[in-house]
Amino acid sequence: MSEKEIIDRLKKIVEPYVQRVEGLQNFQENTDFLNDLEINSANLVDVVLDVEDEFDIEIDNDSLEGMLTVGDAKSIIQNKIKAG
Amino acid sequence: MNKRVVITGMGVAAPNAVGLANFEAALKNGSSGIRFFPELEKLNFTCQVGGKPQILEELLDNYFTPLQLKGLNSSGIVYGVISGTDAWIDAGLETANGNSPDWDSGIIFGTGILGVDKFREAIHLIDAGKTRRLGSTSVVQTMASGISAYLGGMLGCGNQVTSNSSACITGTEALLMGFDRIRSGRAKRMLVGSCGDHGPYVWGGFDAMRILPGKYNDRPEEASRPMSASATGFVPGSGAGALVLEDLDSAIERGANIYAEVLGGEINSGGQRGDGSMTAANNEAVERCIKVALENSNISGSAIDAINGHLTATNRDSTEIRNWINSLGRKRDNFPYINSLKGMTGHCLSASGSIECVASVLQVKNDFLFPNINCEDLHPEILQLIDEDRIPRQKMNAKINILAKASFGFGDVNAVAIFKKYIA
Repeated sequence: MSEKEIIDRLKKIVEPYVQRVEGLQNFQENTDFLNDLEINSANLVDVVLDVEDEFDIEIDNDSLEGMLTVGDAKSIIQNKIKAG
Repeated sequence: MNKRVVITGMGVAAPNAVGLANFEAALKNGSSGIRFFPELEKLNFTCQVGGKPQILEELLDNYFTPLQLKGLNSSGIVYGVISGTDAWIDAGLETANGNSPDWDSGIIFGTGILGVDKFREAIHLIDAGKTRRLGSTSVVQTMASGISAYLGGMLGCGNQVTSNSSACITGTEALLMGFDRIRSGRAKRMLVGSCGDHGPYVWGGFDAMRILPGKYNDRPEEASRPMSASATGFVPGSGAGALVLEDLDSAIERGANIYAEVLGGEINSGGQRGDGSMTAANNEAVERCIKVALENSNISGSAIDAINGHLTATNRDSTEIRNWINSLGRKRDNFPYINSLKGMTGHCLSASGSIECVASVLQVKNDFLFPNINCEDLHPEILQLIDEDRIPRQKMNAKINILAKASFGFGDVNAVAIFKKYIA
């Protein structure tokens, strides 16, 4: 799966949780979930569940802690897909 | 000096109608909202009929954001949010914008049990060792105060925001608690009401107690029969009702539409002493509740024009009427008009008090009495107590100056509220 494809699919997943819509216009690796998109921190667990369903992977709690940006999420997804 | 309290907005999601105008039309027509549910048949329920508001998916978009709708599986929250939001808008109120809430507005919105279907989802996941799959909304959709929390955030209320729970008096109790808060000057407006989830996991326990009718599964609209000789138990229902209570001065200042005044009321318990028990009312407590409600409202029993009873369609109906007779000192042709909404909606349990308060206030405001349905065959014990014409079976046009509304609940708890026509 290409990096672009992962990021496009990720964008679709986070969309419903985003409170700062402008943040979506420049959705790239540096985009920060909490600061740029203003996703409610309680909703991050929901984003993770949706990512798991979309990519058919399981993200453990340790990986979750480092998931602050789109780039972080992309790397985690890539690693899990490889490991799977 | 106590503040006067009036009703300036209402909303409802009832089994026989959703939305205030639809509900008033359904009341006047005597429309039943009781339907047969194949799911209950499949699950071997004795009573396979019930009352469930009919909500179109598209309607939800008017009340919830796409994010709030994601994974929403709490029928009580759906009904409560629809009725509560409607009441707020009906009162001409706006939601608080900006960073500060409206400090003068609060919410008391109760329930019996919330988010049962969501909780079932969670139980299955937890038992399968998948607790982390619950997501973030399991807690807020199943906590008892979930309904007041959802509404509180949507409307931006900064006064007391809470949920009460007291079985089938919950809605009427919420109204009287909100009334007290405004009367004592601690809030200008209180959104009060209650909601109740639908479905087998709420209704099953009552089915097991064998207090629901099993003989009307092929005739659902005839199943709920308050005051009827052929009543064999209550039909379980669900939904929500909501009322905006407001300090009269604030209502006048805003130029708000006033539906009626809340004169007073009383909440008490029979302590499960005497003839009271977990599931039956202590008659002394019921009569005391009615009498104290009259005293609090500074009226005598002779001032009551109509009663909206608790009247669930069990053998307790005639006992309730005897309690009214003893408390008001009025019987036979001198008894007030009396009706029960449950013939049309079933017994909406924790939602019943608020839905029935909305029905009561509509009658006071718009000069009518809705018909009692399914009691062509009035119970002979009731006919010995009051005249037949006291129990309208057709819609009546009548000026109702003062109406008494009663709710009784498991735990031997009682609530009576007194509504009066408001004349500017």
